[in-house]
Amino acid sequence: MSTPLSLAHLKPGDHAVISHLKVDEALYQRLSAMGLRKGRSVRVVRCAALSGPIQVRVGFTDLILRLADARNICVTAVS
Amino acid sequence: MPNTGKSTLFNRLTGASARVGNWPGVTVDLLGAKILLGAHMVEAVDLPGVYDLHGFTEDELVVRHFLENNPVDVVAIILNSSQIEHQISLALQAKQLGLPAVLFLNMRDEADQMGIRIDTRRMSEQLGMPVLSLSAKYGQGFAEAKNMLTSMLAISESRPGLDDLRTRLAPDDQIERQMHAVLSRSVMLPTLLPESFTARLDRVLLHPWLGLPIFFGVMYLLFQGIFFLGAPLQKGVGWLLGLVSQHVLEPIFSSSPVWLHGLLIDGIYNGVGTVASFVPIIVLFFLFMAVVEDTGYLSRAAFLMDSLMSRLGLDGRSFVMLLMGFGCNVPALMGTRVMRSRALRLLTMLVIPFSLCSARLQVFIFITAALFSPSRAPLVLFSLYLMSFATAIFTALIFKRKFRNTEPFVLELPPFRLPTARQLWLRGWQEVRHFLHRATKFIISGVVLVWALTHLPPGVAEASAQSFAGHLGNLLSPLLNPLGIHQQLAIALIFGFVAKEIVIGALAVIFGMQGTALVGQLAHSMDWTQAYSFMLFTLIYTPCLSTIATMKSESRSNLYTVGSVAWSLALAWTVSFVFYQSAKALGY
Repeated sequence: MSTPLSLAHLKPGDHAVISHLKVDEALYQRLSAMGLRKGRSVRVVRCAALSGPIQVRVGFTDLILRLADARNICVTAVS
Repeated sequence: MPNTGKSTLFNRLTGASARVGNWPGVTVDLLGAKILLGAHMVEAVDLPGVYDLHGFTEDELVVRHFLENNPVDVVAIILNSSQIEHQISLALQAKQLGLPAVLFLNMRDEADQMGIRIDTRRMSEQLGMPVLSLSAKYGQGFAEAKNMLTSMLAISESRPGLDDLRTRLAPDDQIERQMHAVLSRSVMLPTLLPESFTARLDRVLLHPWLGLPIFFGVMYLLFQGIFFLGAPLQKGVGWLLGLVSQHVLEPIFSSSPVWLHGLLIDGIYNGVGTVASFVPIIVLFFLFMAVVEDTGYLSRAAFLMDSLMSRLGLDGRSFVMLLMGFGCNVPALMGTRVMRSRALRLLTMLVIPFSLCSARLQVFIFITAALFSPSRAPLVLFSLYLMSFATAIFTALIFKRKFRNTEPFVLELPPFRLPTARQLWLRGWQEVRHFLHRATKFIISGVVLVWALTHLPPGVAEASAQSFAGHLGNLLSPLLNPLGIHQQLAIALIFGFVAKEIVIGALAVIFGMQGTALVGQLAHSMDWTQAYSFMLFTLIYTPCLSTIATMKSESRSNLYTVGSVAWSLALAWTVSFVFYQSAKALGY
């Protein structure tokens, strides 16, 4: 494994699998409830202008999250 | 799953007999109780709420270890019906492991409200386990739940611990596909537009550079639509009210004492009538807002605006609340409850009162129609919306250091939905009811008080310097004169503190006329700079009493509430002062 990749590094269209969540318990619960859990595969749909939030798809759900928060979600890229 | 009312159900099932106990393979204590189900004495155990059985978190590990090391007769899986889309995975995992399970879909009431319908029979066929919809909160379906557990116990054999639980779980992708299959056959969500349609629409509406201009363009068109449809309706209501006054009320009260005639017709009827003529526009306004909200476009606005809002110390949701505030500030303030960070909430609640709400809109439509040409009036109105945004932005910039926000911004982006006619009808009706409520509570008493203040003590000329209102105006004139606000209007501003609708009602009372006569009188009594200054002040000076009360109950802080009102009063005075004095200096 090279440097750990985070969700914030991905570009629109990229697929990845969540490997680790660097968040506190409360946020972990929220992310889990929305489907962002270890082992789930995600796809980046689009990024907003001006370093705005990113839109990701987990299963059949679309989520938007800020880059700053996406950085705490470690992933392994899937080609 | 967590937060699905699991404990409520457990407590109902076990009564007060639950005790903490130890279980093989599990390091934490679990609540258990012996209960009688049918002919069996069984032990019920309250396991922690989990999202899946993999065991990535402490709680998930507890559940996994419990299932690995303890024989179970029946597993009751409890999900939140309104979040069935995300939560059905747990039932699928249980099915895959061959656990003898029953599925309880709790919070049926919430799902009903959201228009989610679940066909439990079909879902049961697909999952191969009994499924029951219930509401633990309201105690609906509880007896059936007990029966279901009893009959399940009669047929199921005790299942030994699953020592290889982890390896027997299917990969998530497979579960994901099954989830979709089950959901599409047994769950009716509010009419979803086809997925490809949402994706195509989003490609345009969420475009990095075009998204925002399109959003504001759509909002602009909506406003045009509201006035295009609303203006004739408003005229119609005004005409009807005039007819009633002329042919019904005047003949009835023509012989009654002057003061009674004045109070009933010039006071209450003209005052409330002037306000009531705006009801069609307001209903349309809320209908259009409901469409934007229910389709899912507002969540898109949060996505588009988050980057800009984060620079103001706010987030995308704050922007959505600000837009909701254009309808009414009160629900917008309550909407901030979804924010977990108190700092972010307080900062958002501080800017919401600057949202030009529908009540203030009535005042502005009225005054701009009186003082500006039909071609200019929409521009003037638009400039007031810009001022509304500008004051909100300015306030956020000033206070963002005081309320520093670190809350993560994660939000679900719902697919586009078609709002149902029923939803829209409910909204429109709610607004009419809301108006009637405010009319009886504030507006009538407001206009009566204004009438009394402008006509008492007995014998004074209406709204003259000798009336109570005149004295009040005199008292405030050192403050209001530099803003170009006439003393007569001071009384309208004082009552506007209670509800903005009273401002126009008060104008009708102060000038003792309504309809076109009132419009003519207004145009005669002030020039456009004074009118604009008055509107700026009305926009900013203070939200209505309901908003302040909501702010206090939501913030639970008197200091914060008083501070917020003081800030808006000071800002209003400064803005009006700067505008009026520079307009005068420039020779207007």
